[in-house]
Amino acid sequence: MVAAGILLALIFLAALAPWLVTGASPFETNAALSLQPPSGAHIFGTDQSGRDVFARVVYGTRYSLAVGLGATALALVAGLILGLGAALGPRIVEGALSRLIDVLMSFPEFLLALLVIAVVGTGEANIPLAVALAAIPAYARVARSETVVVSQTGYIRAARSLGVHPIAVVWRHIIPNIVGPLLVMATIGVGTAIVTASGLSFLGLGPQPPTPEWGIMLSEGRNFLATAWWVGVFPGLAITATVIAISTVGRYFRSQSEVALS
Amino acid sequence: MSSPRVEISHLSVTFPGASAPAVNDVSFHIDAGECLALVGESGSGKTLTALSLLGLVPPEAAVSVGTRVVAGVNTRGFTEAKWRALRGNRVGLVSQDALVSLDPLREIGSEVGEVLELSRPRLPRDVIAQRVLDALELAGVPQPHYRSRQYPHELSGGLRQRALIASAIAGQPEVLIADEPTTALDSITQAHIFDLLAALKESGLALLLVSHDLGLVRQLADRIAVMREGAILECAPAAELLEAPQHSYTRELLNAVVTRQPARGTHAALIEGPPALSCLGLHRSYPDREGGFVEALRGVSFSVRAGTTMGIVGESGSGKSTLARILMALEKPNSGVVELAGEPWSLAPERSRRSRRGEIQLIEQNPYDALDPRWSVGRILQEAVNLDSSPGPAWVRRARVAELLDQVGLSTQLIGRRAHQLSGGQRQRVAIARALARRPSVLICDEPVSALDASVRAQILALLHSLQKSLGLTLVLISHDLGIIAHSSDEVLVMRHGEVIESGLRESVLNHPVHPFTQELLAASKSL
Amino acid sequence: MVGVIARRVGRVLLVMWGAATAGFLALRLIPGDPVDVMLGVQAQVSDALREQIRVEWGLDQPPLIQYFQYLGRLLQGDLGVSYQLRSPVIEVIAQQAVPTLQLTAAALVLALVLATSGALMGRGKRMKRVISLLELVVISSPTFWIGLLLLAVFSFQLNWFPVASSDGLASLVLPSLTLALPVAGIVSQVLRQGLDFAQGQAFSTTARSRGISPAGLVARHTLRHAAMDTLTLSGYLVGSLLGGAVLVETVFARPGLGQVAIRAIIARDLPVILGIVILAALVFALLNLVVDLSYRFLDPRLRASRAGVSA
Repeated sequence: MVAAGILLALIFLAALAPWLVTGASPFETNAALSLQPPSGAHIFGTDQSGRDVFARVVYGTRYSLAVGLGATALALVAGLILGLGAALGPRIVEGALSRLIDVLMSFPEFLLALLVIAVVGTGEANIPLAVALAAIPAYARVARSETVVVSQTGYIRAARSLGVHPIAVVWRHIIPNIVGPLLVMATIGVGTAIVTASGLSFLGLGPQPPTPEWGIMLSEGRNFLATAWWVGVFPGLAITATVIAISTVGRYFRSQSEVALS
Repeated sequence: MSSPRVEISHLSVTFPGASAPAVNDVSFHIDAGECLALVGESGSGKTLTALSLLGLVPPEAAVSVGTRVVAGVNTRGFTEAKWRALRGNRVGLVSQDALVSLDPLREIGSEVGEVLELSRPRLPRDVIAQRVLDALELAGVPQPHYRSRQYPHELSGGLRQRALIASAIAGQPEVLIADEPTTALDSITQAHIFDLLAALKESGLALLLVSHDLGLVRQLADRIAVMREGAILECAPAAELLEAPQHSYTRELLNAVVTRQPARGTHAALIEGPPALSCLGLHRSYPDREGGFVEALRGVSFSVRAGTTMGIVGESGSGKSTLARILMALEKPNSGVVELAGEPWSLAPERSRRSRRGEIQLIEQNPYDALDPRWSVGRILQEAVNLDSSPGPAWVRRARVAELLDQVGLSTQLIGRRAHQLSGGQRQRVAIARALARRPSVLICDEPVSALDASVRAQILALLHSLQKSLGLTLVLISHDLGIIAHSSDEVLVMRHGEVIESGLRESVLNHPVHPFTQELLAASKSL
Repeated sequence: MVGVIARRVGRVLLVMWGAATAGFLALRLIPGDPVDVMLGVQAQVSDALREQIRVEWGLDQPPLIQYFQYLGRLLQGDLGVSYQLRSPVIEVIAQQAVPTLQLTAAALVLALVLATSGALMGRGKRMKRVISLLELVVISSPTFWIGLLLLAVFSFQLNWFPVASSDGLASLVLPSLTLALPVAGIVSQVLRQGLDFAQGQAFSTTARSRGISPAGLVARHTLRHAAMDTLTLSGYLVGSLLGGAVLVETVFARPGLGQVAIRAIIARDLPVILGIVILAALVFALLNLVVDLSYRFLDPRLRASRAGVSA
């Protein structure tokens, strides 16, 4: 846990102030130094244009983290609203939204994201949108089922018996009690979002070179796998490490909050 | 005179990190054909004690014991393998609620026969099959051949429990441990199961009965041991203990058994005016899984006079919770009307009804989901007080919260606490305080004490009684427990399968019941 | 029972219709003239020719007519013609579907085997830690990275497996392993948690009171309960296998629907994209239907009660 915390702190630092973590530039090319293995000067080696791989990995942190956190936050809020509507709305709304959620849930997240890209087009700015939209159904479904459970508890019946206005019931009682499981999902969701975003980039649907981004670095690295494995392996390592760090820390906070309530 | 089938001395069970042992130096013995009842409230250590006879104490707990003879076998220092040989064959276990104690994915026959399939040497299939049928018959399961092919959820509660008992005796054990064997059942079925256990006892079984209810074990126990916080306070022959208890705690438990002696002397004085609450022709049905309908209420009508207590008796499935919610206008009936103080209630639109909601409030069975787990007691009560028609300035409202806590006998120190920091009894009191905040005239109590410990029950019922006196409340008390209804009501209504089958003044319903079901109910409660 | 099946099938059709309509709407939403897409940006084409192409593709009709024509064609199994490749979408998909199916099937079997062994092995305290860690790593790593690693180690360094081909069992090993690992990680976790949960239930205590051994408890009771939990996941599982197939095919340069999909997305070849979407919707809907029905088959509590409950 401690190790994950330190790693996460480092990752955030890399995202917010990459110049503090590495002196090198992610863009500076140097044909003479192309495809050098890891060494003292370049811990992760250099890529085909002689750029420092370590610097590129560090600078790529910002994009991945931003997409991961941003898309997840968006999906959580949108999913919450959809789920509430699907559980509490008037019959027609309830039915339509529930059907919609069920249909979307039968598609895997990555394919949904691909579909969104297909509709809105490729490009760096569209990746977060695709990732967010693809993640919404899962949050909506959990929000819906949690809302159903909560609305059948004694304290909600008591609130209604007291004459509390329905909107106040939702805002004061229902939402605070369903947010917990959603946040738990989000701790894993951020990791999934990062992986999905880099997967889309890997396929060439996102940022284009020379932008330092983990996904495209991996796709470039694939071409040099036989001779220069470090170009592709280290970016992938960065993704894995980030996801593990985030989910470990997230799980820790989740268990702490559970203890506080029991 | 053979030696005792069970002999335990100086049994202690301690969990790592606990300040005190969960079971503290417990000793007792049970002879063949005898029933010892271990009685105590939750947390008293009775279940752990029972499990230690099977070696099923959780592995992280430390067990120390002087003598431990089970079914005549000295089990001191037993390894897990030795325990396994003993379990099922010499000692059997019957837990509460067969619905979760039997594997829902396995047929009854397979569950009953499991102990036989595990025995060594291997028994041939047909022998096992025959023994399964024998065990089911012994446990009083009719059509055993047909039943053994069914799944637990397909049997009624009583039959399921019999099947569970069959699975415990199939291995022909000498000792049977029954841990709250009838808690999930209605009172008539409870009596039947106890008859079965008594018959098994007669045939030579040594029976250890674990229960939280002192009144319940009366029927079966030869000797009773009262446990509290891990230790046995008192152990004596049943008749002795119940007539002349030595320990003060035992006396407390006994007093908590709500007897059928009425607490109320005369009827409350007749108050002029329309009935405080009345309903006419209530029907409510729900769609069920297979596309059909379940009728929860079939034409229920009654009225309650202001200031009196209406007691509604009904087993689970009689429709009483649905009734409570419809009376509270939390659900709409399919047909029929409810009137509150002579004014339309069920038919009134919610917008106009919302402001009147303070007149009628609800106390429910489960104190564990009655309070928002994230809110403090103060905030919960404050929300209710703020809704009052003329709440006044902030300091007046805060004073009202303190007043409410006082009314239900809670200290204002609890204002900052959250639900999980309160006991079941305390939570129920907070729920009552919340219900009183809007100064209701009618209070509906749906099984208000069923989920509470025996000693707390009497306190809560007494609280409701005194609140009624001091605030002039009209009470509608709903329960499956005839004792509680008899204790507190002016008028009694008996419900079954969504219908009112008998109604009238308390004396006439309890002493001269007309309907055969009411008579059965009364007979079952007499024996407890 | 028949009613239940009928309702489920109805839902499948509803999903299909929803997907088709959504797809059609999506097409309408895309900015730009499909004709431009087809001809390429650089093409200098006369307006008359443009008009001809428009009529040829039915793009001159009002949207509502186009919608019904589209639905009509769908019902006949005609998914339209690819803008880019000029051949019927059905053919394009059918040609490439087989390698993808092979890959997915192999991965599914592998995933189940790995997951079950992982869950059953992770019972002791130390083993549980090791297996949990493995699961965590496997779930957190992007599929394409695992593929790259496997390629680097086993193909390039050790030369055990061919680098890029699609024939023969050998070429299937690394890709299906790559695809299977993350899924196996999740299933293993769910299975293990399911086993632990079932073990804490009342019926497990009853079984133990009959003298059952830990292994017997798993075999006779808890495994079935845990497997039921996993069944709920299977729709999601196959889905993520199919989704991952796109990435894995790219990493290992295998032909298949993945390549088709990506090329179509980049080239904005809408009929192909739509065709794949509709087909995917069909597959998933049918899959969920099968899972749903199996659930009823396996859990006696969900079957219609025979002869009712009687006292």
